[in-house]
Amino acid sequence: MLKIGPYSFQSRLLLGTGKYPNFDIQKQAVAESESEVLTFAVRRMNIFEANQPNFLEKLDSKKYTLLPNTAGAKNAVEAVRIAKLAKASGLCDMVKVEVIGCDKTLLPDPVETLIATEELIKEGFIVLPYTSDDVVLARKLQELGCHALMPGASPIGSGRGIINPLNLSFIIEQATVPVIVDAGIGSPADAAMAMELGADGILLNTAVSAAKDPVKMAKAMKLAIEAGRLGFEAGRIPKKRYATASSPLEGMSIG
Amino acid sequence: MEVILNGENLKLSEEIVYVSDLLEYYKLLDKVVVIEVNGEILNKVDHQETLLSDRDRIEIVHFVGGG
Repeated sequence: MLKIGPYSFQSRLLLGTGKYPNFDIQKQAVAESESEVLTFAVRRMNIFEANQPNFLEKLDSKKYTLLPNTAGAKNAVEAVRIAKLAKASGLCDMVKVEVIGCDKTLLPDPVETLIATEELIKEGFIVLPYTSDDVVLARKLQELGCHALMPGASPIGSGRGIINPLNLSFIIEQATVPVIVDAGIGSPADAAMAMELGADGILLNTAVSAAKDPVKMAKAMKLAIEAGRLGFEAGRIPKKRYATASSPLEGMSIG
Repeated sequence: MEVILNGENLKLSEEIVYVSDLLEYYKLLDKVVVIEVNGEILNKVDHQETLLSDRDRIEIVHFVGGG
């Protein structure tokens, strides 16, 4: 069970809704993923083409908890505005704080993220800040009262997997709120590894939406996250330098 | 009246008085949209009571795919 603020989820996979080949594939992928939390972005509507289909309309909105992001924000003021716009829809009170500080790497601005998080907590939001894998920043966000930490595995959409498992494990060790690894996951192995490190959940988008078969990949990610979590709970064996036989050494009838 | 709607200068027809009229005109009443007028974000219940004025800056936003 993944608990974020007042919410409880069976699934530990949070799924992004961007860049799918079409709505039909997206709908199937969402179903296969068994995700209960879907992320969205907030954008100006093209009012002259209001009849353009919107994925949100195709969903049974009671089945899913919406997690709008503040993508597009370059500072705390913009992030707070986007979060408030999302909340005014009356559909959600959670927000993924995403303040990008560098256009090339899409890495988040830690200072503005901290300011926006503090403001949104005051405003009564359930706040999930997206950050780099900075341990001290994670602790400061936690002290402010954020409801989950969302450190990136590697840059958004890069599919490079976990580039600093040590930092990620430090964040997980000191966390008093759920840690959801967000951004950079490329393959089921990456997702399983994050879960084996002790993450409470994974947020991913491109790894599924841009896969050759997004529907199959959605299922693969679901299974990998379940396997990784089970492995973490089961407790892996320590790594040794030399071999240890699995079969008994006594009672050999040959030789 | 003339307003700036999603960054574009527009002349609205005279029958548009309230925010809800604007939504009806653009066939947005059934859509999930959020309206901001001159920087003030409106809740849905306010749409029918919020008067529009000349030179208002109106933003109509919605949810799109994102990660």
